[in-house]
Amino acid sequence: MYSAIVFLPLIGFLIAGIFGRALGPRPAELITTGLLILSAILSWIAFTQIGLGHAPMEVPVLSSWISSGALKVDWALRIDTLTVVMLVVVNSVSSLVHLYSIGYMHEDPGRQRFFAYLSLFTFAMLMLVTADNLVQMFFGWEGVGLASYLLIGFWYEKPSANAAAMKAFVVNRVGDFGFALGIFLVFVLTRSVSFDQIFASAPGLAGKPLHIFGLDVDAMTLTCMLLFMGACGKSAQFLLHTWLPDAMEGPTPVSALIHAATMVTAGGFMVARLSPLFEQAPAALTLVTIVGATTAFFAATVGLVQNDIKRVIAYSTCSQLGYMFVALGLGAYSAGIFHLFTHAFFKALLFLGAGSVIHAMHHEQDMRHMGGLRTKIPVTFWMMTIGTLALTGFPFTAGYYSKDAIIEAAYAASGHSSAGVYAFMMTVIAAGMTCFYSWRLMFMTFFGAPASHAHHGDHAHHEHHEPHESPLVMLVPLGLLAFGALFAGLAFEGHFLGHAYDEFWKKALYQGPNNHILHDMHDVPHFVGLVPFFMMVGGFLLALYIYVLRPGTATRIAKANPLLYRFLLNKWYFDELYDLIFVRPALWFGRLFWRGGDGWIIDRLGPDGISLRVVDAAQRVIKLQTGYIYHYAFAMLIGVAALITYYLLGGVH
Amino acid sequence: MFGLGILTGLIVLPLIGAAFILILRGEDEATLRNARWAALWTTIVTFLLSLWTWSLFDPASASFQLVESKPWLSSTIGYKLGVDGISMPFVLLTTFLMPFCILASWDSITHRVKEYLIAFLVLETMMIGVFCALDLVFFYLFFEAGLIPMFLIIGIWGGKRRIYASFKFFLYTLLGSLLMLLAIMAMYGVAGTTDIVTLLKTSFPAEMQKWLWLAFFASFAVKMPMWPVHTWLPDAHVEAPTAGSVILAGILLKMGGYGFIRFSLPMFPLASHDFAPLVFTLSVIAIIYTSLVALVQEDMKKLIAYSSVAHMGFVTMGLFAMNAQGVQGAIYQMVSHGLVSGALFLCVGVVYDRMHTREIAAYGGLVKRMPLYALALMVFTMANVGLPGTSGFVGEFLTLLGAFNANAWVGLFATTGVILSAAYALYLYRRVVFGVLDKPELAALGDLSSREIALLLPLAVLTIYYGIQPGAILDACAASVTSLIRNYDAALAATKTAALLLN
Repeated sequence: MYSAIVFLPLIGFLIAGIFGRALGPRPAELITTGLLILSAILSWIAFTQIGLGHAPMEVPVLSSWISSGALKVDWALRIDTLTVVMLVVVNSVSSLVHLYSIGYMHEDPGRQRFFAYLSLFTFAMLMLVTADNLVQMFFGWEGVGLASYLLIGFWYEKPSANAAAMKAFVVNRVGDFGFALGIFLVFVLTRSVSFDQIFASAPGLAGKPLHIFGLDVDAMTLTCMLLFMGACGKSAQFLLHTWLPDAMEGPTPVSALIHAATMVTAGGFMVARLSPLFEQAPAALTLVTIVGATTAFFAATVGLVQNDIKRVIAYSTCSQLGYMFVALGLGAYSAGIFHLFTHAFFKALLFLGAGSVIHAMHHEQDMRHMGGLRTKIPVTFWMMTIGTLALTGFPFTAGYYSKDAIIEAAYAASGHSSAGVYAFMMTVIAAGMTCFYSWRLMFMTFFGAPASHAHHGDHAHHEHHEPHESPLVMLVPLGLLAFGALFAGLAFEGHFLGHAYDEFWKKALYQGPNNHILHDMHDVPHFVGLVPFFMMVGGFLLALYIYVLRPGTATRIAKANPLLYRFLLNKWYFDELYDLIFVRPALWFGRLFWRGGDGWIIDRLGPDGISLRVVDAAQRVIKLQTGYIYHYAFAMLIGVAALITYYLLGGVH
Repeated sequence: MFGLGILTGLIVLPLIGAAFILILRGEDEATLRNARWAALWTTIVTFLLSLWTWSLFDPASASFQLVESKPWLSSTIGYKLGVDGISMPFVLLTTFLMPFCILASWDSITHRVKEYLIAFLVLETMMIGVFCALDLVFFYLFFEAGLIPMFLIIGIWGGKRRIYASFKFFLYTLLGSLLMLLAIMAMYGVAGTTDIVTLLKTSFPAEMQKWLWLAFFASFAVKMPMWPVHTWLPDAHVEAPTAGSVILAGILLKMGGYGFIRFSLPMFPLASHDFAPLVFTLSVIAIIYTSLVALVQEDMKKLIAYSSVAHMGFVTMGLFAMNAQGVQGAIYQMVSHGLVSGALFLCVGVVYDRMHTREIAAYGGLVKRMPLYALALMVFTMANVGLPGTSGFVGEFLTLLGAFNANAWVGLFATTGVILSAAYALYLYRRVVFGVLDKPELAALGDLSSREIALLLPLAVLTIYYGIQPGAILDACAASVTSLIRNYDAALAATKTAALLLN
């Protein structure tokens, strides 16, 4: 069954990819979607058996992969609770996104390709979450990177899409650079890359000093920091986040599946999966918390002022991923994974809802050209409202349970670590901003006067298109995700965090003997639970005031603080900075080495210089032959002659 | 056959084909077609014969197999052939790539066709000879003589600056190999034989090893090519016809790496150990330097040529790491690079045959007209980038792992190659394949022909297959590599003990 879960999407990819053109778009859509739904159903069965039931953990080995000296890498599927949680998330969202895309992409001539890529992505993601060793995880890791590259660049005639695709791949490779070094270091320390062995060796390595790169460092701290660098790349954490907003160039279902619900959470999954390693590296965990908290805050500030509906949600994703890392860094792995789980539902819902809006608006994404859509597309409106409530943590929705758990964990940790204090402050402030920008999005899109009249003046051909509600095939996935966004928290809180913790996780997550965070976070004072609630209400009221009660306030504030506004609007100028310190120097060095190094120094002093002399000499001395082969044959002849002479003269030794 | 074995058959077979083409008379179309078919069948039969050789080969044994030995120049310089786990993959790679070269030249070579085919067949003999020779003089002859057909292929059927390129190629390699010849004489002086099997068991004095190592290094480093003696390669590639580039990148570059494994590491272990930092340094420079250079190239072939230099940097780095992952990874990387870079040059050839330009700026939006081509190029680009699931990953990963084990600094710097390779490879892909197809001369391009599909499909399948199941090649060389490393470590340990005793 586990093989079926993982390989059904691969089969779908191969069928749609190879025979897609022969089959035509509709069969390709139905086959890939059908296989994915099957895979999703099997995933839920696995979830009930392994997670909710008492089926033992399994690691079926499929075949060997790389074997060299001490290094043994197998293709295997590691099925424990952490895996089945991810299977459910990935396959549920993926099958719904497949279904939704039948409607969303119905006019696109490259649909078979699109569905093939979606299935390829799903397969790679499943290989990632079922990996039993670091190298297979790396396979899935880079595989989802490839699929993401292909899907971001799906509309290959758009230069911005191509640039974004390439940027995503290369920035992820920067993270993978760290991941790869981390794998190498794990191998150096444990002579293995498979999870069981390295987890078994990890306690013995705690606090072990290591002399590397001319420094004396703590072995596990360095290892975990390198691995975390990979996580930062994939999960778009602060400093390596720049690719995620640009990735919105891809079709919206892609953003929902890859850049919100699944791939970008792989970093969080990795830290949780490697919890036995991270538990031995407290300094690395602190780094995880700080990076996560910074990202949560930073991305939320940028999200406040963006005008592209998808970019707002993208920054929101970035920010929520920061929350997950805060939890993971504090040692509350299950809280991080719980947020990953609930976030998948409501963020996919928000993206697909935004897709429905964009679909209704005929591929208009700028919120300044929207407004008053509440009555035109009511179903989408209500679905988006549910998503927004869940994201902002409205009581008893999914986000309420998971996000509050993280904030409580940060408070619980703040008693004994300054990183905890920082995390608590950042997550609380970000919670308020989250609510503000989420409702800002809702108000700008669905409330107020339809702002599209002025816009229509510029584009006369739009005039006949009234915004229209999406077809059923798109609304059904929205409904199912909305169900998840409402109830996923309520239904599973006990399993992920509460009374059923041990029976549910069954040691899939490791916590060291000194890690009491899960216990502590239940004992925080009552007011801590109310803080995010007040932040939420405050954010909502502020958005209500600025965008509904006093329209025009936003422009006034922006005018009053031009520097701050531009700073946020331009995303803290990270793209410009990276262009200046990485991209331009790389090209400059490339040209320098090429023209200067290869051309001016090596060639001029080497072959060209010598050949000039040789040509001179050859022309003067040898006028008998003109073929260049002659020189060579002659030289070889001399060589052989010299050898034979030497041998004859030297006689037998 | 005359007391000669299957390896002799492999070496002679292409020559028979060449002789047959030589006796064909006339320059009319029918004759040329016959010549092409004759060459193709020769290479295919040779490949089948090499597969048979492989089936006879026992991967569990570390010793030389299928050995044939005849006295030649004297009792000490002999005609001796044999294969072990290190040379077997290269023999197969050579025979496998040759039919592709003939097929790739089917339409694009129109003048002096017979000579062209003969040059390729002779080249095949030389290359197989290099990998099978078990006598140093014999090896040297093949090693050097192989340059002549390549030199002709570039010089006669090459592009505009072919004379310059072939000259440069010639100068570089000549200089290196003369030094190697001197070293061979010196080795003969000490050991009294040029039999490789005996030489592998001979321990040369430490001081002498240094000089011998340097002399061999001069030759192999140029062949690889290592930085800074790499500048002949981009020129040679750019000017060579497509099939010439395939062979150059696919096989000829591997002779250097093969030489390191066959001679430098096992025969001069002490010197190898001493010079390893030098090799590491040059490898790391090659990886970073040439990747950056590749980033700014405007010519497709030049870009791939520079990327080859970077990939060969991984090979030399892995070899001198001298652990199982490093050496096996290096062998794997060479085989994989043979397939992938060969395929990439074929891909360039596909569009060059249509447009007669290799300038990147002349293309753009090809996916619109050539979706199959875009797919093939994507597969090979990803393999070049070292994406897991392609053969490129296995070699890159193992060499990096081995290097990191040997020296963490080397591993650290070399791993930046994974970022840079993604940058230059995807940048190329984006400029050629993606974008709007707005250049009028591209509007009528046809997708891959069935001949081109026949060329690229097997390579793509193997690239992916060997990414998922690399066992066939890794296991073939495992025993030989293990014994290589054991002897190397033993030699180092012996010197250390001797030094301790003296103190």
